[in-house]
Amino acid sequence: MSAPSGQFDAIVVGGGHNGLACAAFLARAGVRVLLLEANATLGGAATTRAFAPGFRVSAGAHLVHQLPAALARELELERHGLQWAAQGLSSAALAPTGSVVFDQGGGITGADLGADLQAYPEFMQRMRRLAAALNPTLEGVPPKFEDHGWRDRLGLAGLGWRLRRLGRRDLRELLRIAGMNAYDLLADNFGSPLLQGALGLDAVLGTNLGPRSPGTVMTLLCRLAAQHGAGARGIALPRGGVGALSEALAAAARAAGAELRTAQVVERVLVVDDRAAGVRLASGETIQARCVVSNLDPKASFLGLVGAEHLDAGFVRRAQRLRARGLAAKLHLALDAPPTFTGLPDAARGARLVIAPSLDHLERAYNHSKYRQYSAAPALEITLPTLHDATLAPAGKHVLSAIVQYAPYEIEGGWEQQRGRFTELAIDTLEACAPGLRSLVRASELLTPADMEREFRLGGGHWHHVDLALDEFFAVRPLPGATRHATPLPGFYLCGAGCHPGGGVMGIAGRNAARQVLAEEGLR
Amino acid sequence: MSEPSAAPGHFREPLRPTPFHERTRSLSQVDSFVPWAGYTTVDVFTTVEHEYFAIRNATTLYDLTPMVKYRIAGPDAARYLNRLVTRDVAKLKVNRVSYCVWCNDAGDIIDDGTVFRMAADEYRLCTAEWQLDWLLASALGFDVEIEEVTSEVAALAVQGPTSCAVLKRLGLAGVERLKPFEFGRFSTGELELMVSRTGFTGDLGYEVWVEPARALALWDALMEAGRKRGIRAVGSRALNIARIEAGFLMPKIDFHSAEASIRLGTGRSPLELGLGWLVDFGKGHFTGRRALLAQQRRGLERQLVGLDVDGNKPALNALLYSDRDGQHEIGSISSAIWSPTCKRNIALAMVDAPHFAVGSTVWAEIYLSRELVWERRMRRARVVEKPFFAPERRRLTPPADC
Repeated sequence: MSAPSGQFDAIVVGGGHNGLACAAFLARAGVRVLLLEANATLGGAATTRAFAPGFRVSAGAHLVHQLPAALARELELERHGLQWAAQGLSSAALAPTGSVVFDQGGGITGADLGADLQAYPEFMQRMRRLAAALNPTLEGVPPKFEDHGWRDRLGLAGLGWRLRRLGRRDLRELLRIAGMNAYDLLADNFGSPLLQGALGLDAVLGTNLGPRSPGTVMTLLCRLAAQHGAGARGIALPRGGVGALSEALAAAARAAGAELRTAQVVERVLVVDDRAAGVRLASGETIQARCVVSNLDPKASFLGLVGAEHLDAGFVRRAQRLRARGLAAKLHLALDAPPTFTGLPDAARGARLVIAPSLDHLERAYNHSKYRQYSAAPALEITLPTLHDATLAPAGKHVLSAIVQYAPYEIEGGWEQQRGRFTELAIDTLEACAPGLRSLVRASELLTPADMEREFRLGGGHWHHVDLALDEFFAVRPLPGATRHATPLPGFYLCGAGCHPGGGVMGIAGRNAARQVLAEEGLR
Repeated sequence: MSEPSAAPGHFREPLRPTPFHERTRSLSQVDSFVPWAGYTTVDVFTTVEHEYFAIRNATTLYDLTPMVKYRIAGPDAARYLNRLVTRDVAKLKVNRVSYCVWCNDAGDIIDDGTVFRMAADEYRLCTAEWQLDWLLASALGFDVEIEEVTSEVAALAVQGPTSCAVLKRLGLAGVERLKPFEFGRFSTGELELMVSRTGFTGDLGYEVWVEPARALALWDALMEAGRKRGIRAVGSRALNIARIEAGFLMPKIDFHSAEASIRLGTGRSPLELGLGWLVDFGKGHFTGRRALLAQQRRGLERQLVGLDVDGNKPALNALLYSDRDGQHEIGSISSAIWSPTCKRNIALAMVDAPHFAVGSTVWAEIYLSRELVWERRMRRARVVEKPFFAPERRRLTPPADC
């Protein structure tokens, strides 16, 4: 390392799980890293916290199923305290009339499945083959399409080779479905509305899309590809909630020599001679470094941290127009006992539970969100983490955590007025599948996208920072001029969900950002 | 930020008359009008030659009301403009004007124009074409108000060697003390005027700005004041000859606005257009700075230069070659005239490296119509310094006879 300026080589702004992963990888490469988190605790939206006396919950993401096994191994997360309360969870599609239980391996049980009993395993096997072919590319830094170097050519050649190896039948199927919407694909393959709806939710969870939106097969494939990278662990719950993963990432970063400071609000990136040269905190303190890596969403990074005056007008306009309005709310219930769901054996309720009884149900729920409203019939992804992890609630008590979709960031009348009604609506939706649940509720908490914007500093309350859509994806994510983690401002990088491959608890954006920073800054 | 000031029903009037239209219409002998930014303006009043020679020998009036004008005001106005244009306008004093260009992110020119500093936190930007979309995009993150004020101001260019004398005779005391790119406020009779020593002729000249209601009174007063000095109304064709002699660029002719370009590679940077003197890399960030720095590092692939072409036939739109046989194409001509004052066949051309160096010889492929029989000529052309015509009087303060 040549002529270090000040105490730090790199400052990571934001201690979400990607920021922590980035700091850990940078520190392991010998870079002197300082991470600054505005909140009192690390983890961003990957955090566990109390929501009622004695009850704790994963306040943002509540399952881990996209964290690459290789990443966890490389950072030795288990040595740094990560334990799994549950792994390889199956999913259960709930309806007042019954349920279907299915898993990633192709196993499926339930009433009235008919031909789907055969079709589901075949579908999953094919999708897993496609996901396996796509995963190495989707896990990497997207290639440059202009003046690409040998590494980019090699990456594209690798993708080409893996696609070729799929064979004619699978490749043709991939090309056929890649641009389709999830609704058509699932309706083509399955007869059971319950199964269709549950798989449809996979394609749109956390996104600004309905199952009929273009590009939803792509989001589904990406999700499956990331799950492929997660390996045998499948859908998993860390012991102590998702926050425990952030703690392990933080421990790995600290062990490698990174300095992590909380309650440090970064106001601006310092720019000297057209280079990021450090940060200025809200307290007025300035800290210098050779480069700055932002875990914040792209809009906050560019329009807030850097400021329009250091960027070109066309770029600022594109950044301003990034679509970043969250559509998912989070419901937390403190329960006296675990609820019983109609048609679901009690032994199966530890699964990932889904209420999206049909594709039309999902699409209708989405329709409302386009007009700043919510549907009377929302879709939910539910976990009962206390069935696997007693540390989250007082003895014998339980926690229900649900992602409730669609809850648009901008709602008619404002969320303060709608919060109560929407909470009741979500509980009613649960009650319909789990009669008697309402009487078990001791306390509840609803996090709207507006709350998440405030609490986790997610612009627009958007889990993925920026919509997962074809025009904001892969080699153009989050926007042209700021792909591959580098930005127009030399020395300023992005490492958050706004980068490829997007949100979800993966840590890939953080890891890849660290690699790019090391290469671009000549730090290794 | 407000919308362009278009009256309701404006679409029923695709081309508006300027506030001077009553006079220009009656002086037009050949009924030659052209549209310009939503207004109808005169191309030729009598003959191009008469009008041109009035620019170089007397005083001329040219209606430049359609010049699009923006009021840019607010606490961040100076910072905003300095991020918008390539030149350092932070140094621009009140009552001074600066010729500027602005670029897109790729460093390609969107347009050129003049910036008037009206007050500490208020500027006026004058440009040939509408720019509101880009101006508003550039305003993201700045506390600044942008408003189109084109129809609120009427403007006349008063250009020519006797123009100062005419303005003095009009009663503008002290107008002779205006230095190039300076402006001031004057009143005479009932006229409240803003006068700037600016223009598009490369000659002694002024631009006079007035409220539209007083436009005809201004016209009449100027015509009266200039009667003995051969004052004459001129159209765009005559002005075009003068501006090529002065080496000034015309949007849509010498460069294509980057924001209106569809084809890749048709954008042109200020460095390529020979406007490197307008680019201040030391002033801090501005849109296109990083792209322009990279271009400077790589070296220019082409540059706009002046050409002196053999013969007397204007080399309109001619392709250029490095060899007389026309085997190696190295550029093209965008503006070309026979210069009546220089008595030279001159042109502005975009020429590839290394042929743009002053002193290089290139060959122009000129097509001539000899009573509709077309002939092709390869004419030698030399790359020469611009401007082709730059009389001392354009800068002299006070001007000679004032």
